[in-house]
Amino acid sequence: MAKNDISTKFNPRLGKKEIDLLTRLCNTVSVSGDEQEVRSIVLEELRDFTTVTKVDAMGNVLVRREGTGEDRVRVMIAAHMDEVGFMIVKDEGDGVFEFRVIGGVDPRQLVGKPVIIGRDHVPGVIGAKAIHLTTPEERKQVLKVDQLRVDIGPGGDSKVKVGDRATFATKLAILGPSIRSKALDDRLGVFNLIQLVKHAPENVDLLAAFTVQEELGLRGAKTAAYAFDPEIGIAMDSTPANDLAHYDGLPNTSHNTRLGNGPAIYLMDRGTIGDQRLIKWLVDSAEAGKIPWQFRQPGMGGTDAGEIHKTRAGVPSVSVSVPQRYLHSAAGLIRIEDELNTLKLIHTALTRLDRSILNLQEKK
Amino acid sequence: MAKKNNSLWTVLQTLVETPGPSGSEHVIREKIKAEIQEHADEIYTDALGNLIARKGTLKEGGKRIMISAHIDEIGLMVTHVDDNGFARFMPIGGISPLTCLGGRVLFMNVTQGVIGMERLEKDEHPELAKLFIDTGATSRADSKIGVGDVCGFERPFLDLGKRLVAKSMDDRVAAAIVMEALKEVRPGTNELYFVFSVQEEVGIRGAITAAYGVDPEVGLAVDVTRTGDTPLGVKMEVALGNGPAIKVRDSSFIADPRVVKWMVDEAKAQKLPYQMEVLEAGGTDGAAIQRTRAGVPAGCLSIPCRYIHSPSEMVDRDDVENSVKLLVGLLGKPVSLG
Repeated sequence: MAKNDISTKFNPRLGKKEIDLLTRLCNTVSVSGDEQEVRSIVLEELRDFTTVTKVDAMGNVLVRREGTGEDRVRVMIAAHMDEVGFMIVKDEGDGVFEFRVIGGVDPRQLVGKPVIIGRDHVPGVIGAKAIHLTTPEERKQVLKVDQLRVDIGPGGDSKVKVGDRATFATKLAILGPSIRSKALDDRLGVFNLIQLVKHAPENVDLLAAFTVQEELGLRGAKTAAYAFDPEIGIAMDSTPANDLAHYDGLPNTSHNTRLGNGPAIYLMDRGTIGDQRLIKWLVDSAEAGKIPWQFRQPGMGGTDAGEIHKTRAGVPSVSVSVPQRYLHSAAGLIRIEDELNTLKLIHTALTRLDRSILNLQEKK
Repeated sequence: MAKKNNSLWTVLQTLVETPGPSGSEHVIREKIKAEIQEHADEIYTDALGNLIARKGTLKEGGKRIMISAHIDEIGLMVTHVDDNGFARFMPIGGISPLTCLGGRVLFMNVTQGVIGMERLEKDEHPELAKLFIDTGATSRADSKIGVGDVCGFERPFLDLGKRLVAKSMDDRVAAAIVMEALKEVRPGTNELYFVFSVQEEVGIRGAITAAYGVDPEVGLAVDVTRTGDTPLGVKMEVALGNGPAIKVRDSSFIADPRVVKWMVDEAKAQKLPYQMEVLEAGGTDGAAIQRTRAGVPAGCLSIPCRYIHSPSEMVDRDDVENSVKLLVGLLGKPVSLG
């Protein structure tokens, strides 16, 4: 029998142990298609907490944590293990490598950034011509990815192979009330899902999916949801906070979310229209638990919910994200209170979940 | 109790005057359900909100057939309400700024509003980001709508005699046709699943899960299609009044040639006018049905429609009647796809 740490009261905190876990999760190189580093940490963390854990054919970690209550709803919660980054595509010798971007990274953010490559975290840099040698005309141009190279210095060639993944080299740092890291999207989700498995309420069957290849088009979630065949789906992710004042003094009507305003509940994005019953359930849960919350402005972007809800005969689904400034860059920034409130909201909502919330009509 | 049997035209007017953008189909769904439930052997709503009505039970020589008409329409969702009560929005489905300007909207919470636009520079093209909804509120506090509220275009049904005009003819005209066919058809050996699907306008999502649940042997979408019969319009064979259009392809799928032949043969047998449809861009529930599970032969019966995705979509009365006849004929006999 597994040593399930069963508790109905759960007060999320970021103590030394939690910060250490989040740091290890964020500092890995775990770009779409090679999520092994994060997968190892997840499997290690949950070894003692669950009876049924499986790594599926795509590489998703599927954890089935069954409750003990009556008439339990099967809830799938997804958090993706992959992050955006780079792939080494050509060895040009002398420690210089051509690379491509994996997932949505703005090419304007690449020049001059330190990177780490492969599972050994070989350090390198994305170089560019020094300002001394560039013309004013050149400085107006955005350098394309195929004009850039990763340079690890001569002698290190053998440690880096074509096909290796790489990420920005930024290490996680606590900045007062904030956390800065390159991979908060979606290691916060992974971290939160680990906590939920450890502290799962007994009234639900928690189907935890640590998914792969979300950044390339929600690919892991598709097979994970098919395997789990859940009754409802929740994606836990991170979403941009574009909440700074506009430089031109006009009102900011497209902030998406705001830091410090709590977990962001989705209404609509490119891939999903949030299920209205589940949106209400989350909002009611936040109000009942006196947890701050905000709507993410309807807009583009997407989460694993985009695939989950279209699985088999349909799965009502919704997404909740931790708001983050500077998403998909070398250094994203979140507020610790938003992170803890997100975890608290999902946990509170799960404890309040029963089938009547869906009020599904049975066949007559 | 007498079965509800409102005429096709009464039903159509009710449907087009009911708001129901993608994801907010609960009101239109209940109206459809009330009209058809006594004609169905079984009726239920699936997890995503598709209304599914079964008529007939599979017998020797019959087939399980799914007929799908989507009940959602294009619309808008509020993203921000400013200090003065003006609301910014995101499109739900394919919305052009040109058809928004000066339009009126009706929210699911029955608040009404008009669409206005920021001042444009000379020669500047309007974009959705420049538009806003004015509900007559004087401040954010006074506004009856907030982030996430959903509206559709508001425009009364217009009977021009031979031609009928409304917002959301796409795809309520098909829903009305399918409802009428459901009432009239005698399924014989076939087991018929009439699906009133959700979220088609945002990516054919409802039909994906409905088709998985129904697991049909043959699939038929019913939807509107463009026409090439307006001044300097697109180059396309389909014209209003020339009969139901039998889809050969669009950009979402290639109709199964056996299904196309089945439809053509039935039109010929009934001596109904029909036209072949080759649509360059656009998609229907047929694409979702075709790719369900291990694959399903699927096609689409299209109703020619002018000014699609505008607040004034126009169809032809005879095309609508002939579509019902074609559908009832197709569904009431054993199907051999040869």
